[in-house]
Amino acid sequence: MDTSIYWPTFLFWFFAAVCCMFAIGVVLATNIVRMAFYLVLSLAASSGLFFLAGADFVGAMQLMIYVGGTLVLLIFGVMLTSQAKFVSMKTSQFDWTLAALAGLCLLAVLISAALAIPEWKGLERAEAESLGIPQTATPLGMGLLGARVDAPQRSGYLLVFEIVSVHLLVVLVGAAYLARAKRKRSTAVG
Amino acid sequence: MITLPLANFLAQPVGVSQFVIVGAIMFTCGAVCMATKRNALGILMGIELVLNGANINFIAFGSPYLRSDAGSLGMDGQLMSLFVIVLAAAEAAVALAIALNFYNNFNSIDVDRANQLKG
Repeated sequence: MDTSIYWPTFLFWFFAAVCCMFAIGVVLATNIVRMAFYLVLSLAASSGLFFLAGADFVGAMQLMIYVGGTLVLLIFGVMLTSQAKFVSMKTSQFDWTLAALAGLCLLAVLISAALAIPEWKGLERAEAESLGIPQTATPLGMGLLGARVDAPQRSGYLLVFEIVSVHLLVVLVGAAYLARAKRKRSTAVG
Repeated sequence: MITLPLANFLAQPVGVSQFVIVGAIMFTCGAVCMATKRNALGILMGIELVLNGANINFIAFGSPYLRSDAGSLGMDGQLMSLFVIVLAAAEAAVALAIALNFYNNFNSIDVDRANQLKG
C-alpha cells in the first residue's frame, strides 16, 4: 500500500480548515466589516473545494459571481450603512446560548448522518489516481441548453435555465427600482 | 519517504462524507449567524453561508472523484449548484435593496426596529 502523501487529500483538509474557520469567524465576529472579510475568505476557500471535487467550471463561477459579484454588493451595503453605532451590535447572552445550543444539536445530527453511509467513505487510492480529468464546461453548457451529452437518459435543464434567466432580469430591475435615490418632492416640482 | 504520524491519514483519498461534514459546518454557522445577528446585513451573510454549504453538498454528490457507483448525481449536481449561485446573486440584490430602503426610512439597520407589521 502506498503511504506517501496523496496531495489532493492534503489540499482538501487545508481548504476545509480555512473554509470552516472563517465561517465560524463570521458567526463569532461582532464587527460587520470583519464579518464581510471573513465571508470572502470562507467562500474563496470553498471554491478550492469545488476544484478538488472536479467541478472546475463551477469553482470558477463561484469565484467570479459569488466572491467577485455578490460579496462586493454586500460590502457596498456594509459601507453604505456603516454608521458607528451599527458597526458592532451586541446580541444578548440568552440569545447566544439558545442559538449555540440549537446549532450544536443540528451539527451533531448532520455529522452523524454524514458518517453513517458506507458508500460515502471514498474511493481506493489506485482507483482515484486512475481517473482522468473531465472537462465540465461543455457538458454543463449543453445541459443548460437541454441536451445531456454526459448522461443521455437524464433530462436537460432548458426550462429551468429560462426561468432563472427571466427571474434574474426581473429581480435586478426590481432591485434597481427599490434602491433608487429618492428625489425631494419640492425640487422635482420646481 | 515522509513518515509523519499523519501520513497514513493523508495517503487515502477523501470521500463524500468529509465534504458533507464541511457543508454541514458551513450550514450550521450560517443558521446560527441568521439567528443571532441584529444587523440586517449580518443576516444576509448567514444566508450566503447556508447557500454555500448546500452548494458544497451538491458538488460532492455529483463528483466522480468521491464516489463512483450509480448513486452519484453526475453532472446534475454541478448544474444545480450553478442555479444556486445565480439565485443567491438575485437574492442578495433584492435583500440589499430592501435593507437600504429600510435604512433610508428608519435611519437604522437593526432588524429589531422593523416591528411596524407586528400583530
